[in-house]
Amino acid sequence: MGAYILRRLLIAIPSLLGISLILFVVLALAPGDPFGELAANPNVPPEVRAALRVKFGLDDPIFTRYLSWLTAMLHGDWGFSFASRVNVDTLILQRLPTTLFVVGSSQVLALLIAIPVGLYAARRPYSLADQVANTLAFVGFSLPTFFTGLLFILLFSIKLGWLPFVYQADLPGSGLPWLWANIRQAIMPVAVLGFFQAASYTRYVRASALDVARLDYVTTARAKGLSEGTVTRRHIARNALIPVVTLVALQIPAVFGGAIVTEQIFRIPGIGSLLIDAMLSNDTPVVMAVTFVFAGLVILFNLVADLLYGWLDPRIALR
Amino acid sequence: MDERDLHGLIGRVKDGRLSRRAFVQRMVALGLTAPMAGLMLAGNGVALAADIRAGYKPTKAGGGGALKLLWWQAPTLINPHFAVGTKDQDASRIFYEPLAAWDPDGNLTPVLAASIPSRENGALAADGRSVVWTLKPGVTWHDGKPLTADDLVFTWEYARDPATAAVTTGSYKDCKVEKIDDLSVRVLFDKPTPFWCDAFVGVVGMVLPKHLFGPYSGAKSRDAPQNLAPVGTGPYRFVEFRPGDIVRGERNPNYHLPNRPYFDTIEMKGGGDAVSAARAVLQTGEYDYAWNMLIEDEVLKRLETGGKGRVDVVYGGKLEFLLLNATDPNVEVDGERSSITTKHPAFSDPKVCRAMNLLVDRKSIQTYIYGRTGKATANTVNGPERFVSKNTAFAFDPAKANALLDEAGWAKGSDGIRAKDGKKLKLVFQTSINAPRQKTQAIIKQAAAKAGIETELKSVTGSVFFSSDPANPDTCTHFYADMEMYAYGATQADPAIWLLMYASWEVAQKANKWQGRNVVRWRSDAYDEAYNAAQSELEPVKRAALLIKCNDLAVSENVLPLIHRAEVSAVGASLTAPRSGWDNDLAFLPDWYRDA
Repeated sequence: MGAYILRRLLIAIPSLLGISLILFVVLALAPGDPFGELAANPNVPPEVRAALRVKFGLDDPIFTRYLSWLTAMLHGDWGFSFASRVNVDTLILQRLPTTLFVVGSSQVLALLIAIPVGLYAARRPYSLADQVANTLAFVGFSLPTFFTGLLFILLFSIKLGWLPFVYQADLPGSGLPWLWANIRQAIMPVAVLGFFQAASYTRYVRASALDVARLDYVTTARAKGLSEGTVTRRHIARNALIPVVTLVALQIPAVFGGAIVTEQIFRIPGIGSLLIDAMLSNDTPVVMAVTFVFAGLVILFNLVADLLYGWLDPRIALR
Repeated sequence: MDERDLHGLIGRVKDGRLSRRAFVQRMVALGLTAPMAGLMLAGNGVALAADIRAGYKPTKAGGGGALKLLWWQAPTLINPHFAVGTKDQDASRIFYEPLAAWDPDGNLTPVLAASIPSRENGALAADGRSVVWTLKPGVTWHDGKPLTADDLVFTWEYARDPATAAVTTGSYKDCKVEKIDDLSVRVLFDKPTPFWCDAFVGVVGMVLPKHLFGPYSGAKSRDAPQNLAPVGTGPYRFVEFRPGDIVRGERNPNYHLPNRPYFDTIEMKGGGDAVSAARAVLQTGEYDYAWNMLIEDEVLKRLETGGKGRVDVVYGGKLEFLLLNATDPNVEVDGERSSITTKHPAFSDPKVCRAMNLLVDRKSIQTYIYGRTGKATANTVNGPERFVSKNTAFAFDPAKANALLDEAGWAKGSDGIRAKDGKKLKLVFQTSINAPRQKTQAIIKQAAAKAGIETELKSVTGSVFFSSDPANPDTCTHFYADMEMYAYGATQADPAIWLLMYASWEVAQKANKWQGRNVVRWRSDAYDEAYNAAQSELEPVKRAALLIKCNDLAVSENVLPLIHRAEVSAVGASLTAPRSGWDNDLAFLPDWYRDA
């Protein structure tokens, strides 16, 4: 087991290097530069722009820039945002709690919907309930979040005036009103993301519950005279959730990544909106750091998923 | 009432404790006529133009609750001298202040200065080589330390040092600042300078505290903790800043203007898009103010019917214009196209330029595209009023354009497209991707087609078009096309820097990595001469005449101004928010209040 983990981690190093190189080159080749906005300001003399480019090393060859980025990264220096003139790690850490809260709660909501609905649908396949659940699941993941997001805003904020549509990471105040304000502003983004995820999870839960329900030990359980509810809870659900757990583990990087589009619509100051802003202002160090974190998380959680799988199902051996 | 009382009263008008109207009323009560009273103020250095601070009603500071501002681009830093975009300048203006601000008419209003320097009060040297600024006594930084002349000298040293990499360097590098006493400094210029109010004024003029920034001048500038936690003299004190998200402040109880500010807290939330920002103000009322509504007027009108807010329009120096390339974009010389060694086959002839000018239907562009957010114009300088040319006019006249083109030797071929010396009049017309611009392109293309000019429309993503990347041929400064259209904003209430855009020595080319200001590459000796004369002319009226001449020369040929664009904001129904197009949106933030 230990040797397996070590080997997987060692394999990860060249892939991370490769990922970072590709990211860097693509970003360097992309058009635009961080001081483009200064070009639209007649008061800024061209020399100032040129000096800034030199100061931030934008005129060096790509490979030199990559090497200096890499050596800094190896020393734990994440780089320095051109736009904010602060360290990138500070920026990311500032954004992390909001993303974890919003995207995390949407994952919880998704599971709370998907597991009962999926299991219920699988109990009587092709019944009316199953058809309804299936249809809703299809509708759910066919509608993109930017569409449902806008729809929610139009309905709940503008027509009905119930919910605010501008999210604030740290509302001033305390006590119950503060808690309520936080919940109120999170309802829409969490629902938009949660429903979208729930739709695909439901399909997984249903499919894997159907697989398990056909197995002999389930028939045995029923033959023992156990009630249908107990069979579903004790015997079907447990085994059916193994693939779902892996799926959720693989989704964790996405949780960190936030939901870029949803964050933009609701102005949630999370990692996703940081990435978008950084891309729009060509803030290379921030884009590099955020995407690199994502790449690292994907590799890490792939490993975690594999380990989890082996732990949940001892028949699978890790070598 | 004796002379001393009178001077006291005038002093109170000057620093805003007494409104102009109240003063005039008192004088009228004493038997003076209203115009006389107005003249009295003018004679004492109080501008005759409507005083922007006079409308302020609250009688005590504070008690206004929270002021919620929505900027759809989020501020990323709060150091005015590092501000990359207006979003950062606006965030800085909550906390920092300049010596003086530009009012809507393009006149100076004192902020940290005791008064505006003038020839009359002796602060402005007759030879135009120096100006004395005197600070208002008793102003303190948010941490309680007094504001002194040392802070001004420091701000100058900080901004001019190339190692600091301040974006405001341009306003400080050509002058010298020396301390006279604790409250006054002398700004020295090495040559007679008619536009003496650049350093320490408006957007670029925000003063930094020496005692906090002192250790972080030059190369260490990026390490200053105050870059993210400002300590200024402004109406609100710093509470919290999250780069790219939100700025929070609270009322500065020691603010130097009486009864101000009105609000107890302020927050500037950033991010999202313009339309939803407009919704949050105009439809739901979640926010009090949203900045820079780059939205079509149609949409704004629809949102406004919600009744929660209104659209506010002020004019500054922003202009949408069309440039006709004076050089040939299709010939490559030494690795660059549009080289100044070439001549454009059509636009080197002023007649063709004039014909093109007659084919632009500015009236329709204004009515159908910009609505309340822009005015059709024939001038490149559209304000302040004293610099606006009255000699120009625009017209839409395809018949006359056709006649001019015939005259210039461009004859219509069998396919309806004009040609001269075997060259067809086919032009590439580029702009950035932005709905109003694509519509404008279509209007111009249609009219040009009627005159036998075929145009190929090209649109480039904004981030490329406005980039300063020397390696990208699609930027607006490379201008590898026959015509291009975009907008540019003059940030000062003086057209001298703006007019550099047509000076021959400013041509954007390979040698300066396309960083020069003259993108159209039009060159004229008469223009250069008038411009240089204006640069040393100290008599304001003569100088204005020279600058107007520059404007007239430029717009008679390759420069086609289209729309004078407004600064558009969404303002909550109960909020009074005086603004100036010549300064930051928040330049007059202390004077914002809400009707109870």
